[in-house]
Amino acid sequence: MGDWSSDQRAFKNVPWGKAMMWIFLVSDTFIFSIFLLSYMTVRSSTTVAWPHPSEVFALSFGGEPIPLILIAIMTFILITSSGTMVLAVNYGYRKDRFRTAVLLLATAAFGAAFVGMQAFEWTKLIVEEGVRPWTNPMGAAQFGSTFFMITGFHGFHVSIGVLFLIILARKVWRGDYDRGQRGFFTSRKGNYEIIETMGLYWHFVDLVWVFIFAFFYLW
Amino acid sequence: MADIVPTAVDDIPSAEVAEVDLYHARSWWTKYVFSQDAKVIAVQYSCTAIAIGLVALVLSWLMRLQLGFPESFSFIDASDYYQFITMHGMIMVIYLLTALFLGGFGNYLIPLMVGARDMVFPYVNMLSFWVYLLAVAVLVASFFVPGGPTGAGWTLYPPQAILSGTPGSEYGIILMLVSLALFIIGFTMGGLNYVVTVLQARTRGMTLMRLPLTVWGIFVATILALLAFPALFVGCVMMIFDRVLGSSFFMPAIVEMGQQLSYGGGSPLLFQHLFWFFGHPEVYIVALPAFGIVSDLLSVHARRHIFGYRMMVWAIVIIGALSFVVWAHHMYVSGMNPWFGFFFATTTLIIAVPTALKVYNWALTLWRANIQFTLPMLFALGFIVTFVNGGITGLFLGNVVVDVPLSDTMFVVAHFHMVMGVAPILVIFGAIYHWYPLMTGRMLDEKMGQFHFWVTFVGAYTIFLPLHYLGLLGVPRRYFEMGETSFIPASAQDLNAFVTVVALIVGFAQIVFLFNLFRSLRHGKVAGRNPWKAASLEWQTDDVPPGHGNFGEHLPVVYRWAYDYSVPGAPDDFIPQNVPSNAVAENHAEAPSAADGIEAPRT
Ligand code: HEM
Ligand SMILES: [Cu+2]
Repeated sequence: MGDWSSDQRAFKNVPWGKAMMWIFLVSDTFIFSIFLLSYMTVRSSTTVAWPHPSEVFALSFGGEPIPLILIAIMTFILITSSGTMVLAVNYGYRKDRFRTAVLLLATAAFGAAFVGMQAFEWTKLIVEEGVRPWTNPMGAAQFGSTFFMITGFHGFHVSIGVLFLIILARKVWRGDYDRGQRGFFTSRKGNYEIIETMGLYWHFVDLVWVFIFAFFYLW
Repeated sequence: MADIVPTAVDDIPSAEVAEVDLYHARSWWTKYVFSQDAKVIAVQYSCTAIAIGLVALVLSWLMRLQLGFPESFSFIDASDYYQFITMHGMIMVIYLLTALFLGGFGNYLIPLMVGARDMVFPYVNMLSFWVYLLAVAVLVASFFVPGGPTGAGWTLYPPQAILSGTPGSEYGIILMLVSLALFIIGFTMGGLNYVVTVLQARTRGMTLMRLPLTVWGIFVATILALLAFPALFVGCVMMIFDRVLGSSFFMPAIVEMGQQLSYGGGSPLLFQHLFWFFGHPEVYIVALPAFGIVSDLLSVHARRHIFGYRMMVWAIVIIGALSFVVWAHHMYVSGMNPWFGFFFATTTLIIAVPTALKVYNWALTLWRANIQFTLPMLFALGFIVTFVNGGITGLFLGNVVVDVPLSDTMFVVAHFHMVMGVAPILVIFGAIYHWYPLMTGRMLDEKMGQFHFWVTFVGAYTIFLPLHYLGLLGVPRRYFEMGETSFIPASAQDLNAFVTVVALIVGFAQIVFLFNLFRSLRHGKVAGRNPWKAASLEWQTDDVPPGHGNFGEHLPVVYRWAYDYSVPGAPDDFIPQNVPSNAVAENHAEAPSAADGIEAPRT
């Protein structure tokens, strides 16, 4: 307690950006939790049967449907991207510009692949299965609406992340953080701490995916 | 007790980090319009909030005219009335009070009071205002779309909010929801700034337990908002889906005009939970900054330290935490398991304990103090009385058995206007009278201020006390007109007419106040430094009004809490926070500059 309430900073050695990201993520956790709670509520309030996820989310290879295969790959990709992100943070602190930039780009590429696969899955649901936010030929209409809303909201987070990863990679590559280059919008000098802050966001988005995965695909 | 004075500690840790360099605007546009200076953003927030608040004020006159003199105004029909209610309630609670307390006072006072040069991320802070302005613009746009703004009530309960019988269900409701979502996004950008600034950007010596209570109130309120707004955000997104895409999150199967609608299987109760999970903390988002500010006003204008500072801080924190577990007391009549009712009634009544504690501490602060009946003090006293009044009716409504018959009557309207309408507004007025000299260098006119206070305070009571009585008679809330209702005596109508006349007079007093604000900008008495002899940092800046960067070359160093008033033995009756104990003996009629005392390192 004494340490927290001491002067200047409550969390010693925590840069402003990182503190801000943590607090934002707490707030965002509330958003996702409430989305998921609402999903559970409508799933139990609806009067029509809920479709079986293992059948809905199956892909056929040579006539054999394999349940949840796409989603397994997507999850794997996203978790791998967390790994590359950790490495990027690590090399960032060593000011290894080349490796950091490459790893950031790799993370972004994984993220983009994830979003691409999600787009594929959406298309499949919409075009082939005829699922819409307002109807669902396989059962409860709320299945489609919650699915599109929540995975869409998560996919939006991933896309934003990809965008920022690319911007960061470019800045690292150019050496902005070594030269203390000022930001275009903020006119403030950046430094390598931003990569860790970005990492926090990215891991959070991953973690949220694990919950969405569990609640949508395994339940 | 830990609160004895003087509280100075002279050994101040050295700076932990170098100062972050400050953004300096070069052009007129970046200085005054797209400004990143928290003080300018504060003024922008406040002006926008007050402007949109005036719309809500005018709407309240129109409602009162209709209630007082039914069937006299051909331009108000039942749909209009619903729209007025809805927009009045929503604007007052969110776009006026929340924005003014957090975006306005938060931006202005936090950096100055904690001894920072600005918020931690000024650029994001600037965006916060512009998104807020956009939210207000969307809200205003809803008055001009076909069908007008939504008339769903400020609670926006589905299914009726988006069904065709409700006014504004075509476009108004969509714009309302979009505007709320924007407001939340904009607020989040600002709110993150306020929290991180308080946590991580305080000056040397400014420990958390030396923060003025104003900062504590705004800080905890911001945290509440960051955790409560998500529920509203999600609710808005889902309702937009229901309305625009035809999904059924909140919509059960419905037959309308003999037609089965395509909705089905959703849960209207879910929205109520989401709304009130936000809605109740919202009451405290408005109340906690008011608590904080009023504590400081009382202390400064009674020349006495706040009684039980630590208790006050903990009470703010505990009230904030408890406010997340009481939300369903708004849903006693919505149908719920009696055990839940029991639970929520209990938690609701428990909140009364820390709240009452604060009231006692305010009273004890005033006990045998050297009370100055300045305008801020009058408003602060007005707040205490009004807040206690509204709090007591809250105890009634918190009990299930009492609430059920009173629910949806004018009694509820009277209760929440007292506790979250009039009380915080009085604090806002007091705060404006108090800090206007800091912001402009001039005092507000005292005579107009006295007129404003007495008319507003007495008027507010004259408006809302009768409403309690009308509520007990059974006059329902949100009714366009009563017509012939057998259980309500005809004299109730006379009372209503009387209330309307008073409401118009009170409204007029607010115009006087606005006039005062504008006139005093140029013609007010020159305030000089620190006209109220306040001890907190915002008055100890090099320039008054504080310039860009708030403090001079050196950030102030803080040696004591913000409440060293009437300290025995000190030459002045106040010791500013940045005066070390060995300097107290010197004459401080002129506040010391920040460079006094120990040199602050600077990069
Ligand atoms: C001059 C001051 C005010 C007057 C005369 C006034 C008058 C009214 C009236 C006549 C109603 C509608 C009652 C009904 O028929 O149900 C109302 C509702 C409401 N007012 Fe005020 N009001 C004032 C200030 C405020 C303030 C400062 C707030 C801020 C919290 C506020 C918040 C509300 C809310 C939340 C509602 C409920 C809207 C709803 O039922 O959806 N009012 N007010
Ligand atoms: Cu409540």
